[in-house]
Amino acid sequence: MSRSRLRTRKVTNAVMLGLCGLSAALAVIALLAILSYTVGKGLPAIGLKFLTSLPQPVGDPGGGIGNAIVGTTVLVALACGIGIPAGLLAGIYVAEFAHPRVAVVVRFVADVLFGVPSIVTGVFVYGLVVVAMGGYSALAGGIALALIMVPIISRTAEESLKLVPNTLREAGLALGVPLWRIILSVVIPSALPGVLTGIMLGLARVAGETAPLIFTAFGSRLNYKGVDEPIAALPLQIYRYAISPYADWQRQAWGAALILIVMVLLASVAVRLLTRKRSSNLGR
Amino acid sequence: MKQENQQGGPQARFSLRSRLKSRGRRGEIIFITLAALAALALIGLVLLMVFELVTRSLPALQRFGAGFLTGTEWNPVTEKFGALSAIYGTLVTSLLALLIAVPVSIGAAVFLAELAPGSIRGTASFLMELLAAVPSVVYGLWAIFVLVPVVIGPAQQFLGDHLGFLPFFKGPNLGGFGILSGSVILAIMVLPLVTATARDIIRMVPDAQKEAMLALGATRWETLWKVVLPYGRSGIVGSVILGLGRALGETMAVTMVIGNSPRISVSLFSPAHTMASQIASEFSEATGGLYISALIELALVLFAITLVVNVIARLLVWKATGKFKTGGRS
Repeated sequence: MSRSRLRTRKVTNAVMLGLCGLSAALAVIALLAILSYTVGKGLPAIGLKFLTSLPQPVGDPGGGIGNAIVGTTVLVALACGIGIPAGLLAGIYVAEFAHPRVAVVVRFVADVLFGVPSIVTGVFVYGLVVVAMGGYSALAGGIALALIMVPIISRTAEESLKLVPNTLREAGLALGVPLWRIILSVVIPSALPGVLTGIMLGLARVAGETAPLIFTAFGSRLNYKGVDEPIAALPLQIYRYAISPYADWQRQAWGAALILIVMVLLASVAVRLLTRKRSSNLGR
Repeated sequence: MKQENQQGGPQARFSLRSRLKSRGRRGEIIFITLAALAALALIGLVLLMVFELVTRSLPALQRFGAGFLTGTEWNPVTEKFGALSAIYGTLVTSLLALLIAVPVSIGAAVFLAELAPGSIRGTASFLMELLAAVPSVVYGLWAIFVLVPVVIGPAQQFLGDHLGFLPFFKGPNLGGFGILSGSVILAIMVLPLVTATARDIIRMVPDAQKEAMLALGATRWETLWKVVLPYGRSGIVGSVILGLGRALGETMAVTMVIGNSPRISVSLFSPAHTMASQIASEFSEATGGLYISALIELALVLFAITLVVNVIARLLVWKATGKFKTGGRS
């Protein structure tokens, strides 16, 4: 009896541990399925002309995503221009200056903002910017993306600033350097890998965002004309082409998806390398 | 997240007031003011968001009142707007997605935290991070052309043929576009988030707890099931709710496969709408103040629901990580 019970326990153990391994394998298989399809179907669509030319009207084969690549670059640059300074400053404030109670509130609000569905951010920016400016614009899209970026950057900046030992600040203060100079030239440089990780995470996230752009940047089939005009973006182009009934557009959607995924994954790999360096620096 | 900072971190040692008193440093004041303004702007932004959403949805709020939440009809032509179908679609797809994703996530988290040898652990964690980084619209593209026609469509055919007497599997099969597809793609998308959070929680369970159990002769599975998972229960529940918050607000991939139709049906094969998909697919074509206002009110409802869910999740995860802090890494 006791032997058969031991047997059952051992079998259960093996089966359940196997299932755990299988679960992890499933997740990896899902990723490989998505990546392999995107590469397999996207690669044939890509060529120099595809990367540089404008979209063609329905029915004319060919055309490309040149304006969408430029558009995504402009949108991400706008988002970085607004989001990085704001996020960094908020993170510095919480980590270095804020009263503990204030810090808890700001941290909480950043988490709330992080949890807001991106489509809601889009609706918010529509009401705030698009209606006020009287039309869809690249600027509105950039602001929407910045709103998504800020909490990511501020939280990671805060976490990595806190890891910098206080002795560094004390050494600076003992030399008579004002604290803000110490923060800018000692604390931030030593927390740089962490801070950069946050920035790259935010960048990777917003580069692929579609939902907040639908009614802010809107998309365009023309070249970039200015921040006050509607602008094309890779994710928007993928969305519109994917749900279209035209085979040629669907083919181009895969090509655009491959370009987008390469951009985003490069940023993610950069994050990985940065964090690896940080953990070895701190001996964790 | 870090509780000791509430008592005193860098801030306590460099008291702001004493520094400003000692010497009137202009740069210091400017810098601190800028930083404080950025932090304040963050708070102001969230308040402004609530204000904007409420004022812009006022026309619909006044017209439909509480009936907006219970109305089943969504008809832009007659200007009758009820959100119940979208709320139903959101809840059903999200819960179904969790039902699929949670067992797999926890299994994968256990594998990554406890079972996998070092090299596999690093690679698998890395791949999981990549899975989290893939943009929503690419998931949607893949779902339209691979998941739906190759997997879900035939699966629905099979379920309809053999289990068609169940109400969930009744109704026409629209090639796979519908609630089931939306749920499956959501499950794939929340998987990496729940796995990563649960993995971190499981890692924080003190070794002594496991060693005690193993020393008593328990198998590894018994140790995991009876000690590790219960010890991290509140944190793991938090990670699941975090996944729920993500699923509720996820837009693009769902919009692309759910069939976009405002109806309430028990059948999992039926096309439907989630709140997010309804806003995404109708907002830019919406004409008329009341239509737009109703969509914005939908965004307000979505905001409120995700806010509550996320706050609960954060509190649970914070509590769990605080509790484990003494025994684990930071």
